[in-house]
Formats: sequence, C-alpha cells, structure tokens
Amino acid sequence: MEDCLAKKMEITVSEAEKRTGRNAMNIQETYTAYLIETRAVEPQSEGQCAPVDSLWRRYSEFELLRNYLSVTYPHIVVPPLPEKRADFVWHKLSADNMDPDFVERRRIGLENFLLRVASHPVLCQDKIFYSFLTQEGGWKEMVNETGFQLKADSRLKALNATFRVKNPDKRFTELKHYSDELQSVISHLLRVRARVADRLYGVYKVHGNYGRVFSEWSAIEKEMGDGLQSAGHHMDVYAASIDDILEEEEHYADQLKEYLFYAEALRAVCRKHELMQYDLEMAAQDLTSKKQQCEELATGTVRTFSLKGMTSKLFGQETPEQREAKIKVLEEQIQEGEEQLKSKNLEGRDFVKSAWADIERFKEQKNHDLKEALISYAVMQISMCKKGIQVWTNAKECFSKM
Amino acid sequence: QDLSLPNGTPVDTSSPASSSSLLNRLQLDDDLDVETRDLFVTVDDPKKHVCTMETYITYRVTTKTTRAEFDLPEYSVRRRYQDFDWLRNKLEESQPTHLIPPLPEKFVVKGVVDRFSEEFVETRRKALDKFLKRITDHPVLSFNEHFNVFLTAKDLNAYKKQGMALLSKVGESVKYVTGGYKLRSRPLEFAAIGDYLDTFSLKLGTIDRIAQRIIKEQLEYLVELREYGPVYSTWGGLEVELSEPLEGVSACIGNCCTALEELSEDMTEDFLPVLREYILYAESMKNVLKKRDQVQAEYEAKLEAVALKKEDRPKVPTDVEKCQDRVECFNADLKADMERWQNNKRQDFRQLLMGMADKNIQYYEKCLTAWESIIPLLQDKPETK
Repeated sequence: MEDCLAKKMEITVSEAEKRTGRNAMNIQETYTAYLIETRAVEPQSEGQCAPVDSLWRRYSEFELLRNYLSVTYPHIVVPPLPEKRADFVWHKLSADNMDPDFVERRRIGLENFLLRVASHPVLCQDKIFYSFLTQEGGWKEMVNETGFQLKADSRLKALNATFRVKNPDKRFTELKHYSDELQSVISHLLRVRARVADRLYGVYKVHGNYGRVFSEWSAIEKEMGDGLQSAGHHMDVYAASIDDILEEEEHYADQLKEYLFYAEALRAVCRKHELMQYDLEMAAQDLTSKKQQCEELATGTVRTFSLKGMTSKLFGQETPEQREAKIKVLEEQIQEGEEQLKSKNLEGRDFVKSAWADIERFKEQKNHDLKEALISYAVMQISMCKKGIQVWTNAKECFSKM
Repeated sequence: QDLSLPNGTPVDTSSPASSSSLLNRLQLDDDLDVETRDLFVTVDDPKKHVCTMETYITYRVTTKTTRAEFDLPEYSVRRRYQDFDWLRNKLEESQPTHLIPPLPEKFVVKGVVDRFSEEFVETRRKALDKFLKRITDHPVLSFNEHFNVFLTAKDLNAYKKQGMALLSKVGESVKYVTGGYKLRSRPLEFAAIGDYLDTFSLKLGTIDRIAQRIIKEQLEYLVELREYGPVYSTWGGLEVELSEPLEGVSACIGNCCTALEELSEDMTEDFLPVLREYILYAESMKNVLKKRDQVQAEYEAKLEAVALKKEDRPKVPTDVEKCQDRVECFNADLKADMERWQNNKRQDFRQLLMGMADKNIQYYEKCLTAWESIIPLLQDKPETK
C-alpha cells in the first residue's frame, strides 16, 4: 500500500463534455468525453503547486481499460465501472444517457473507478493503467498490442468448466454462491428503493396544493387569514424539499450499485478458479489414461476394457517394432504431461493463494464501505426527519395565530 | 321591562321569539368560563345491539346541569343515530332562524365502510358529542324543549309519537311560509354571508380532496416501504460483519412503517370527518339564508300590496307588522349566530389544523428516534472474532 499510485498522484475526473464524431463505421454519433486530471502529490518548494496534466477519455476507453485489467489480473477482484445505461430509475430521473444528472453521476462513478484502481496494491502498478491516465495519443494501440484479447477465456469454455469441474476449492464455490445472492439482493433493494422514492415524491408534492388553497381561503377570512397564508407558504417549502432529499439519496443508490457490480467481478475470479481447476483435472485425467495405455502396451495385458485392446485382439497384434514406437511416443507425451501437470498445479495453487488474499482485502473494503454507506443513509433520513419537524412546527405556529 | 336595542329602537317583547333573540344579542360573548356554565353534555360508551330485525349502536348521553328547566341535576340516557337525527329535524323546525349544527353523514356505503368497526363508531361518537356540545353552548338552542326531552326522557319514542300535540313554554314558532316570493334586494351583509359560505364550502371541498389524496399517496408509500425493510434483513442473512447493521436498518424501516400507518389513520379518523362536518354546516346555513330571504320577500310583498291599496289608514295592518317583526328577528338571530359561528369556526379550525401539524410532527419524531437509535449500532466496531 506504501507504493500505491493514489498516494503519489491526485486523480480527478473533473469535467464531462458532449462531443460528436465519426465512429469506427464512419457513422456520426454523439458521445460524452470525460476530462481526467492528474497531479503529482509531492512536496513542492515554496508552496508551489505541481502542474496539472489532463486528457480526455470516453466511456468506451474506460471499458477497454477494465477488460484489459480483468484479463491480465484474473486473480484480482477488479473494480467495476459505473453503469453504462441508467437503470433502477424512478420516474423523475431520466433514463437518458445524455441527461446532465446522469452524466454528472457517471463522472463521479468514473472518478471513483480510477481511484479504486489507483489504490489497489497490485493494479496501481500496471503500466497500461498509468498510460491511460497520462498518455493521450496511441493508448488504444498500446493496449491492443499487449494481445490481452487472446488471453481472454471464452464464455463457453468457462461455462463448461463450471458444470464439469469435480473438485473446486470449497471456499470459491461458497464465494460464488455468495456473489450470486449478493447480486440478487442488491438488485431487489435498488428496485424497491426506486419505487419508495417515487411514492415519497408523490406524498411531498401533493402537500404543495395546500399552499394554494390556503392562500385562496385566507382571502375571504379576517382573523384567520394571516395564519392560513403563512402556513400555506410552509407547505410549499415542504413540497419543494423533496427534490434535494431524493437527489442526495441517489448517491446512496450509487454506492449500492458499485457493490452490485462488484459481485460480478467476484464471480469472475471464482469462475477463473473453476476454469483452472477443470483444466488441471482434464490434464491429470489425460495423463492417467496415457500412462495406462503405455502400461498395457508394455505388458501386453489389458487391465481394463479398451476398444484399442479389443480391436488389436480381433485384428491381430502389432509387430514388436510398431509397439516399441508407440510406447516411445507415449513415454514422451507422459513426460511432457507430467511437467505440464506440475506447472499447472503450481499455477493453480498460486492463483488460489493470491486470489484469496485479494478476496480478503476486498471483503474488508466491502464491509467498511457498506457500513459507511448505511451510516450516511441513516444520517440522510435523520436530516429529512428534522426538516419535516421544522416545517410542521413552523406551520403549527402559523395555525396557532389563526 | 323597558328593553331596547343598542341603537335605541324599542323592542317588542310580546312575541316569544324576540325575547330569546334578545338574550341572544346580549350574550355575544360566548367565551363561557367553566364556572358560569350550567349545562354539560357528553356522548360516550357506544354499545352494539343485536335484535331480530336489525343491528344498531347506541351511545350514552350524560347530562349534568343546574338549570331550572331540568328536574334533576343529572341524567344518563341511551340514544341511537336516528334519535339525533330526529332532534336535529325538530330543532330546524322549531328554531328556523338559527343555525343548527350538522350531524355526521347519515348514510354510509355498505361494503365500503364497516358501520360497526371501532374506528367508524369512534369517529361518529366524536361527531355526535360535538353536535350536542354545540347546541349546549348556544344560548337559545340549549333551552329548546325538544333538546331537553332528548337529554332526559327514558322513552324517547313515546315522546316522538306525541309529535305536535305537545305545547311548549317557549312556543313553537310560527311556520315560516316559503311562498315563492321574489326578493327585491338582499341586504349587503347577508349577501356577503352567502358569498362567503359559497367560497368557504368550495375551499373546504378542495382541502378535503387534497387530504384524501395525501392519505392515498401515503398508503402507497407504505406498501413499498413494507417490501423495502425486509430486503435489508434478507441481505443481513448473507453477511457476517454487516449482519447486525443491516438488521438494524430493517427494523428501523419497520418502525417508520408503523409511525406512518398511525399518521394516516389519525388523518382519516380525526381530520377528514371534521372537514366534512363543516361542509355540511355551510350547506345547512345556506338554507337558513334562503329562508331568511323568503321571509323578507313575503314582508316586502305584503307591504307593497298595502301601499297599492292607497287607503288612508293610520296604522299598518297587524299581519304586515308581524311580517316586519319576523324579518327583524330573523336578521338579528342570524347575525348573532353568524358571529358565534365565525368565532367557533376559527377556534375549531385552529385546533384542527394545529392537530394536523402535531400529528405530522409526531410522525417525524418517531422516525427520527428510530434512525438516531441505530447510528451507534452502525458505527459499532465488532469485537475481533
């Protein structure tokens, strides 16, 4: 953590700008570009500030960066990007990607992503990441040159492994199960929260109608008039207050969303383990069958039923020379296989060790962050209650003067 | 006694109606101290009666008084809604120049409202209690014969059957004929009252609709909250270190649900019925204004008829005189009642709206307590396992 990039460099995503340009298929499109500003955090002489470097990146470049990191560091729970499209919206919020509120929240999300990567003990040291922050031109080419796409596992392969693996590390199986449940429960929570926000908005806004009718009523009253009129004003204040309240709550929703997406990253690490384990199991199985074949050829006994054995019995034995040649080939393959198995085993064990270390780091981070999120949510609710008490107390005073 | 109005005109005390009106006019200060009050009426103790033909509720009506008009200092009788309805009709008949307080709505849509639910019965009881208290506070209506019988008779039905046969000391006022006379010019102050009541009803109607809408929105919000809270609990089941905080949030939301439910119930049971009562009140008051117009129109018509005869009469005929009397008494009663009504209305609405504000404050205070109490739980660092 001492060498963490985040400690050495200030990173912000400070602006968002609408751009138009031509895409890869030469079609005109509108997109948003984000300004990344970086500045060295180093003691400067005489209170001078380090110069700020900046460059523009669009969302698809962030995606490319993340894909690269996921493939290159499969044992790391890679921080997620903010959502591509607005989801879990309640009616007042726009689901439009170009909506300024959405763009603003995405800007914050992208900054958060960069800070997460920069504070990760392993990821922050990556050169491609550093270039993403500092090198405007040619970055895309640099990433593609790493050839990381070739290293990516196919989805089909991963799915196959999940179904067929025999002895995965139990901890990973449990963790995968946990990440599935986490994803499900946070989705549910976000959906219901959006509906709750919607309804609460309705309750507050209808109170605004009191403002107008009290005003109209006060016009025909003598002694009651002033009290009614001023109370009506407080009802207007009450109705208007919900906008800020719900906007603040969106930050809470964004914090939950980050962990919703983190669940996916968690699952990816588990799947990688399953894939490696399956690979290992297949290699071991292959080696065992080759050894068996070799033994059968050498001793001439058929220990277990094999089609080759039967056919050779039916169609005559091979010549001793042919047999010798076959044995030799097999012996070579067996030796190769044993070395491969050894290295795969080592790889597997290393993966489990480093992945589990990052998972423990992630768990602590998650517990800390979510606790903070819940506290800030409670604080928001407290503030909302206090505002409510204030407004109604003011209204009550106006009524008392009627 | 030589009585005269504040402006000097002598008052004809021979007609029974005017003597009570005089009392009415002189007693404009209706902030009656408890010590000077001599009549107390309460409605409580609703009981369900199941009979072969019907099921109904009766309420206990308790009276405590030192008035001479009552034989005993205390009474306790049981009355049902139709008895109150009978009383109100009798009051309208016998005191047509006065504003009679409204009763809660007679008919309820069966199947939508449960007539025997605790909430409905309690709401009705409060309204009936208010009805009798308003009559008790009225310097003329509280001395009404029918009111007396309502409060005291063991067998009200027998009295009801006697009907018109009973002669009263105060005297049944002359039936005001609504003969379809056309009014020349309505005095400004009564026109103003009419306009006021029109706008007043309108505004109350709007407030009623807004309040209903708020309750509806609150209940829909409650439905979502009830699903929201338990999800935190489910999440808590998945976690280890976060288990307690998440459970805490879940319980907290549950408490807010309870508080919200209470708020909506209070608004439905205490706020809306009073609004509706005042709308009914305004309606019946407009009818009294119409009657007043009729009485004035009749007088004007008769006066005109006499003037057209062009006879050299030194005196105005008695029946025209009586008409003039009626008009003046009606106007005076109505004016006094309006002032009293305005004052009571102001107090009633002050109390009603302050009550509404109070209930909302209490709701937020309950929620505040709930959320503040889980902050320490959320901040708690778990002991190292």
